[in-house]
Amino acid sequence: MLAFVIRRLVQAVPVIFLATIGVFLLLHLLPGDPAILMAGADASPQLVETVRKDMGLDEPLPYQYVVWLGHIAHGDFGRSVFSKLPVAQLIGQRAPATIELAVAGEILTILIALPLGVLAAVRQRTPADYIISAGTSLGLAVPNFWLGILLILLFAVTLGWLPPGQRGDLMKDPVAELKFLILPAFTLALPQAMNLSRLTKASVLEMLYEDHVRTARAKGLANTAVVTGHVLRNALVPIVTVICLDIGRLLGGALVVETIFAWPGLGTLTLSAVGNRDYQIVQASLLLLVGVFVVVNLIADLSYGFLDPRIRFAAGRR
Amino acid sequence: MATTSVPQVLSPGGVLAGRLRASGGARGPWMQAAHRTLRNPMGAFGVTVVMLLAFAAIFAPLISPFNPIEQHPGSELVPPNGIYLLGTDNLGRDLLSRIIFGSRSSLLIGVVAVGLGAGFGILTGLAAGYFGGAVDSVIMRIYDALLSFPAILLGIGVVSVLGSGPLSVAYALAVATVPNFARLMRSRVLTEREREYVVAAKCIGAQPGRIMKNHVLPNAIAPLIIQISLSMGFAILAESALTFLGLGTKPPDPSWGGMLNESRAYLRTSPSFGIFPGVALALLLLGLNFLTDALRDALDPRRTNV
Repeated sequence: MLAFVIRRLVQAVPVIFLATIGVFLLLHLLPGDPAILMAGADASPQLVETVRKDMGLDEPLPYQYVVWLGHIAHGDFGRSVFSKLPVAQLIGQRAPATIELAVAGEILTILIALPLGVLAAVRQRTPADYIISAGTSLGLAVPNFWLGILLILLFAVTLGWLPPGQRGDLMKDPVAELKFLILPAFTLALPQAMNLSRLTKASVLEMLYEDHVRTARAKGLANTAVVTGHVLRNALVPIVTVICLDIGRLLGGALVVETIFAWPGLGTLTLSAVGNRDYQIVQASLLLLVGVFVVVNLIADLSYGFLDPRIRFAAGRR
Repeated sequence: MATTSVPQVLSPGGVLAGRLRASGGARGPWMQAAHRTLRNPMGAFGVTVVMLLAFAAIFAPLISPFNPIEQHPGSELVPPNGIYLLGTDNLGRDLLSRIIFGSRSSLLIGVVAVGLGAGFGILTGLAAGYFGGAVDSVIMRIYDALLSFPAILLGIGVVSVLGSGPLSVAYALAVATVPNFARLMRSRVLTEREREYVVAAKCIGAQPGRIMKNHVLPNAIAPLIIQISLSMGFAILAESALTFLGLGTKPPDPSWGGMLNESRAYLRTSPSFGIFPGVALALLLLGLNFLTDALRDALDPRRTNV
C-alpha cells in the first residue's frame, strides 16, 4: 500500500508543477506590460517603475517564477490591485461560503443519486427504471445556470417560499441559512447527481448477477440484506472514487451557481476580479482551485486502491 | 465513404465484416452504422434536433421574423403574442429572432472549438503513441496538467489572457477538449501498432506517417466520431456557461447564455425571457446527448448485436 501511495504522490508532482507554471505565466502572457497592469492603466511612469522594482518584474522570468513560488509557499499571494487588501485575506473571507455550498451540493448529490441509481438497477426494465433513465437524460441536458433560473422562477418568484439569492450565516441562524442554501445547493447538485446515478446503476447492475450475490440469495437472505450488504458494498468502489472526483467538478460548477444566486464565494470574487483585471486574485484562486482539484484526484485514486486490494497489489508488484 | 477505405477499416475485424455483409446486402459498414443510428429513435431525435438547429443557424436571416438587434420601443418585455411569437426582451427585441440567431454563436463556437481540439489532439496523440518514450511522457504529462483544470477554470484563465469574446472562448474550449482526443488516439495507436498487419506494413518498409495515415487513423474513426459528438455537447454547454458569466459573445450580439444572464433581472415581470433561450439550449444538448448514445450503440461492434 505504501509503495502505491508513494507512486501516486510522485505522479502528482509534475502535474502541480506544470499547473503553477501555467498560472504564473498567466500574468506574463497578457498583452501589455505586467508592471502597468499591476499599477493600473492611469499610473504615472514613476509609479510603474516602482511597481516593476518592487515586484521584481525586471528580473528574468525563471527567477521571478522561483521567487513567486516561494511567496506562495509562505501563503503570500500578493495584494489585490483593486481593493489593496492582501489576496490571502480576501480569499480567506470568501472561501467558507464556497466550501459551505460545495459540501451541501455534494451531500445532496449523494442523497439524490444513490437511491435513484440503486432503484433503477434492482428494478431494471420496469417503469421505475425507464422513468429514472429518462429523467437523468433530461437532467443532464439542463445547464445548471438555466436550472437555477427555473428554480428561482418557481420557488422564489411564483411560490415565494425561498429567497432568490444571497447568503445568511450558518452559525447565527441555521434555519434561515438553510433557506438561502437550498436552491443553490440543489442547482449545483442536480447535474452531478444525474451522472452519479447513471454510474451507480451501471455499477450495481454489474454486481447484481455475481456469484457471491447468488450465493447470498440462495442461503435465503432477504432482498434488502442482499442489496445493501452484498451488492452495494462492492458496487461502492467506483462510486466513492467518482464522488471524490465530483468535488473538483463541484468547484467548477460553483463558479456559475454563485453568480446566479449572488452567493458571496470564491466564484463571484474571481469573476469580478477578471472584470476588474485584478490578476493577483485570478492567479491565486485559480491556483487554489487547481490545487484542490489535484488533491481530490489523488484522494480518489488512493481511495480506489484502499477499497479494492487488487489494485493496490497490482501496483505493488509492478 | 470511398470503397477503397473499407478493407483497411475492417482489416482487424474480418468476422464482423462478414456478418454485416451477410445481413445487410452490399452496403458499406459506414452506411450500415448511419442506418442503425437513424433507426434508433434516440438517434433519429438527435439527428433531427441537430439538423434543425444547424438549419436555423445557417438560414437565420431568412427565417427570423425580425432583426435580432432591432429594438422596438414601447414593447419591452411583452409576453408571447401574435406579433412577437415568444415575446420580447428588456430592450424590446424579438426573442424568437434572438434565439434563432443565438444558435449561430453556440454552434459556431462548438464547431471551432471541437475542430481545433480534435485536430491538435489527434496529431499529438498519434505522435505520443507512436514514438513513445520521452515524447509520450512529455505530451501526456502536459495533458494531465490540462485535465487538472476544470473546463470553466480553464476558460476563465484563457479569457483573462486573451480578453473576453467568442473566439477566446472557442480557444479555451479547444484547449479543454484536446487532452481527451489525444488520449483516445494514443490508446488506439498503442493497440493498433502491435497488430500483425501494421507489423507487416512496417516490414515492407512503410514510413511512420504512412502507417498512421493509412492504418491507425482509419481504425480510430469510429471512437473519434463518438468523441466528437460528445465534445460538441460539452463545448456548447461550456460556451453558454462562459457566455452566461459574461466572458463570451458580447451584447448586443445574441447568444443563449447571454440572454439567460440578461433575463435574471426581469424574472418577476417576464418569466418567458428566462425560459425560452434555455429551452433551445437544453433541446440542443439533449439532441447531442441522444446522438452520442445512438452513435455509440451503432458504432461499437460489441453492442451492435445486442
